[in-house]
Amino acid sequence: MKVLEVEGLHKSFPIRGGLLQREIGRVRAVQDVSFSIERGETLALVGESGCGKTTVSRCILRALPPTSGAIRFSPQDGTVVDLAPLSRRALRPLRRHIQMIFQDPYSSLNPRMLVGDIVAEPLAVNGVGSVEREARVRALLDLVGLPQSARTRFPHAFSGGQRQRIGIARALALDPRLVVADEPVSALDVSVQAQIINLLLDLQDRLGLSMLFVAHDLGVVRHVSDRVAVMYVGRIVEIAPTRSLYSRPRHPYTEALLAAVPKPDPELRDQAAAPRGEVADPANPPPGCAFHPRCPFAVDLCRTEVPKLRETTTGHMSACHRAEELTLTGVA
Amino acid sequence: MSASLTDDRMAQATQLQLTWWRFCRHKLALISLGVIVTFYVIAIFADFLAITDPHATDARRSYMPPQAIQLFDADGFNPHVNGLKGVRDLKTFKMTFAPDQGRKLKVVMFAHGYEYNLFGLIPTDRHLFGIEGGQPVDGIFLLGTDQLGRDVYSRLIVATRISLFIGLAGVTLSLFLGVMLGGISGLYGGWVDTIIQRVIEVVRSIPTIPLWMGLAAALPNTWSVTQVYFAITIIISLVGWTELARVVRGRFLALREEDFVIAAELAGAGQTRIIVRHMLPSFLSHIIAAVSLALPAMIVSETSLSFLGLGLRPPAISWGILLQDAQNVQVLSGAPWLLVAAAPVILVILAFNFLGDGLRDAADPYG
Repeated sequence: MKVLEVEGLHKSFPIRGGLLQREIGRVRAVQDVSFSIERGETLALVGESGCGKTTVSRCILRALPPTSGAIRFSPQDGTVVDLAPLSRRALRPLRRHIQMIFQDPYSSLNPRMLVGDIVAEPLAVNGVGSVEREARVRALLDLVGLPQSARTRFPHAFSGGQRQRIGIARALALDPRLVVADEPVSALDVSVQAQIINLLLDLQDRLGLSMLFVAHDLGVVRHVSDRVAVMYVGRIVEIAPTRSLYSRPRHPYTEALLAAVPKPDPELRDQAAAPRGEVADPANPPPGCAFHPRCPFAVDLCRTEVPKLRETTTGHMSACHRAEELTLTGVA
Repeated sequence: MSASLTDDRMAQATQLQLTWWRFCRHKLALISLGVIVTFYVIAIFADFLAITDPHATDARRSYMPPQAIQLFDADGFNPHVNGLKGVRDLKTFKMTFAPDQGRKLKVVMFAHGYEYNLFGLIPTDRHLFGIEGGQPVDGIFLLGTDQLGRDVYSRLIVATRISLFIGLAGVTLSLFLGVMLGGISGLYGGWVDTIIQRVIEVVRSIPTIPLWMGLAAALPNTWSVTQVYFAITIIISLVGWTELARVVRGRFLALREEDFVIAAELAGAGQTRIIVRHMLPSFLSHIIAAVSLALPAMIVSETSLSFLGLGLRPPAISWGILLQDAQNVQVLSGAPWLLVAAAPVILVILAFNFLGDGLRDAADPYG
């Protein structure tokens, strides 16, 4: 049972210039992205900065209008709505079903509101009565491991990790069908990252959360995600179950990302093969496969034809012309 | 124990409390706040603090030098002023005033004097102090008198009222214009924003003095003092709103992208709720700081307009009008005390600037 199904999503931003602000080009931030999330499943969306992963998540949240494509969302069992063409007004009743966990725990909490009011705000906005609201806030604080005394305090009294817990409590307040977590741990200290990851794992178990987990490296997502989608310059280049992707990547870019994950073994340190060169400019991507200028395995075909995302083994999709013939190294 | 107590206090402190604590560390701003409050108290109780009717003229006491209150005499504590006798110097034809020996005028607290309405409502003739009895030429002239024999001290006190409240009225009006237009500009963006911003640029590029001259010349001279007062307020705030509009627009633009505003929107909150609960509280402090910096500009505008004869006209009394008397160098060399009206202007402007500085620093306790 699918909670979310994205099909052929495109998003481009116009580049304007000159006296009359005429459009002089387009940044194709997201091109032909398709994926789906099952109920109770966590899909990780991974890529370097500028690859379009945040744009994808903002389009799903409809903080941005997509240029084309369909975002089919199921707010309850048996109904499916396409979010892509909906107006601001039509979206409002659906907002409660998709909530977001923000990257920066400092800017995402209003410093002028008490923590209790921050967590209760989604409830208040959606017409939950004050008695019920208070009980719910208590339960939520317990759920994310914050003391009850937090309710009468301001966010500035809390550390980054605790603030992220407040943000998670707020996201869960309305019992959303889907949670979009936009790099929820990348602004935190490594030791705190583990605590928040564990909290998310715990919540997956207890609440059966469906989650889109956006991250910029493959290190953190291994533990939380069921499947991983890797993006490069606006396109998904590989999407596979976590275990399969880590052990046997089918795209040279994924291999490079895996090599960049820090390993606790000093013997292995120097084997990391970072990809050469810079990330391609999405306003002016190279012809053919966008990764070919950095790819050690590129052949002539890669320079002329854009590879299609196709199934290589069961459930494992890759967008590489040479996916079948290459043997790429993953991690154990 | 005390550490955890402070932590607790900090954790539960509202923004206002945090701002106040931070503001208190800025000593100069705190002193300035005291100065400004004192000035406004003077403005409110102006007639009570004045001694002689600020409008009362008497040719026999023109250009009297400042006079001090003597607290003691041979009998001990007995506050009094010496009666003065005017003598015409036959060489220069200038009036010189010498103490009239033996004539002591007793200074009384809460003395009866000229009649006025306290707060504009309660008719009374009580003043903080004054002398009882005495001839028209007698009085307490702490800062001397002007050409028409009016008491400069009383005029200065009464002038405080118009000069300070024209600032408040002007800022209120420009605040309204600034917040409305700046808010619309920042919230809706697009061509509305472009038009408002270009209008602001045009308004700001017009040299103010010629603009004021033109507008002031357009005021019919049959208008009463009150009508002119309101017209001047409007003229001054028509230029003043641009700065505030820019501040408000900037804050709206910045806040629209803030994560916590997006979070509220994703929770399904409506536009009004987002503005009232999330955006306004975050830039209210900036507006207060901007206002306290805009007030002195208003006061100076009124003073310079009136000084140039473009603003308020006598018989209205404002600092600018008092300074008008000090325009003539010959008058000044003979009666330098007329320049005293410049002192409160400088003091108030400085105080407002320091206060605005302190407020701006304190406005963002999270920054």
